[in-house]
Amino acid sequence: MSSTIVQLPEAQLRPLLAAYAESVRSRRWHTILIFACVAVAMALSSISAEVAPLRFIDNIGRFTSYIVRLFYLESGAPVWSDPAEWYWGLWRWLRLLGETLLMAYVGTLLGALGAFLLCFLAAANVAPRRWLRIVVRRFCELCRTVPELVFALMFVIAFGLGPMAGVLAVAIHTLGALGKQFAEVVENIDMKPVEGVTSTGAAWHVGMRFGALPQVMSNFVSYTLLRFEINVRGAAVMGFVGAGGIGQDLVEAIRKFYYSDVSAILVMIVVTVALIDAGTARVRHHLIGLEEKR
Amino acid sequence: MAIRPKIDLMAIRDRHPHHFAAISRERVSMAALATGAFVLLVYGMAQFGFFGGTFLAGMGRLAEIAGLMLPPDPGSWGHVRVFIMALIETVAIALLGTLVAAVVALPVALLAAKNVTTARILHFLSRRSLDTIRSVDILVWALIWINVVGLGPFAGALAIMTSDIGTFGKLFSEAIEAADRKPVEGITSSGGGRILGVRFGILPEVFPVLASQVLYYFESNTRSATIIGIVGAGGIGLYLAEAIRTLELQQTSFIILLILVTVAAIDFASSQLRFALIGRRAGSTP
Repeated sequence: MSSTIVQLPEAQLRPLLAAYAESVRSRRWHTILIFACVAVAMALSSISAEVAPLRFIDNIGRFTSYIVRLFYLESGAPVWSDPAEWYWGLWRWLRLLGETLLMAYVGTLLGALGAFLLCFLAAANVAPRRWLRIVVRRFCELCRTVPELVFALMFVIAFGLGPMAGVLAVAIHTLGALGKQFAEVVENIDMKPVEGVTSTGAAWHVGMRFGALPQVMSNFVSYTLLRFEINVRGAAVMGFVGAGGIGQDLVEAIRKFYYSDVSAILVMIVVTVALIDAGTARVRHHLIGLEEKR
Repeated sequence: MAIRPKIDLMAIRDRHPHHFAAISRERVSMAALATGAFVLLVYGMAQFGFFGGTFLAGMGRLAEIAGLMLPPDPGSWGHVRVFIMALIETVAIALLGTLVAAVVALPVALLAAKNVTTARILHFLSRRSLDTIRSVDILVWALIWINVVGLGPFAGALAIMTSDIGTFGKLFSEAIEAADRKPVEGITSSGGGRILGVRFGILPEVFPVLASQVLYYFESNTRSATIIGIVGAGGIGLYLAEAIRTLELQQTSFIILLILVTVAAIDFASSQLRFALIGRRAGSTP
């Protein structure tokens, strides 16, 4: 079957084509304007950030050679030729890695418990007092905007060098981040169960326990697992400011150019993080499956 | 007066047997899990010395420090100028790192997207390298770049760029994979090649999503840029770490206040732009 394309007469076609060209032109101008703005912003920030393209091009070889150098031992042999030499400090690093994981665990759980207590006060639909809600919201915002490492620096002064400062820094940051996410979960619940419980004359906390909690629990656990994963990465660098964990050895190795140690510790961290990613992802998918079954 | 209905326990039991059943295995295992988690928590806290005197003493010192931080006070106007310049530098580091990372990450994301790259080995390799880049912390990247270009904000911008290439590569490739296949089919059916299919079939569709992710990360990178100064890679972090270490606590709280205001301003600006780009609903959950 052949088909013909119906061509409009010239007189009718001309204004349509003109309108089309006009619309394309205006969009093109729009795009050019946006790109110009972005380019100006980048130029200004390159001045402020002391960008030096020449130095960059001159020294880019050092970056690749650094990465390559990471995988060679002091003796000049590649690391995989002598794993025992590469991982000479395996037991010490495993202990520090365990400490890092424990820091992340304790910090996440303490923060999550705090967030759990606060989120019902911060959620717009169930909060008992308006002023209390605003105070709790601001507090959470403060906790998550100040970077973890800044808290760690201050806690190191108060609690001394060691993992306690790191745990508290992780916990405070988790409290802020999860407090917000938990409150958002609570704001999205179905209010009917809460109303049902309240209508029997139950107190506020009873309403939360039997009306709200069963709806939000699996989401809470899921967010906490996700946060644990983030906190493992966070705890791994707490040692940079002396707040415990494997970061202490890592930063020392980088600063003193113990190349093979750097790669050994980094590989350990990368593998651990990947394993935890995979594990928590499975548990979270299982939880989401439970949620959908309901 | 209302007559109290007689409760027929047997009938209720018949209607809702599961409420009267013995505790189920699921509940027992949940309780065991919770107990285990709690025991591990207590063990960890004991291990880190939370139950000793150090914790209480530290809390006392912390209260003292918090008291000394108030009111925030920069010391002098010269300090204020230095801090503001450092903050501008911080924002510049974040902006530059984010934008360059977005430009570099786009081709990598196309390689890592299943519906664009059919060669499985390419797609696997690009995925794994993106994962590796992401799992190295931004501070480590900063230390590595300091070896290359020296101390200063340039190293910081490069560090943010590197770690964001990993993040953007993953997010972009996911967005591209979620794109509708029909526009590409339309272009292929009219004789367009693969590259034209990507250019006119996929990119126009995903561009707003990518732009909103970039804006979102600009805000989060501003937070990261405030700490890379701790290892010497430019920005306000250097002054902040110095103020904390030398116990200039009023300056510390002033700098923290400045950071909070800046981050809030950028958060506001970037979310307004995001809403303008992709509408309020989609913008609220990046």
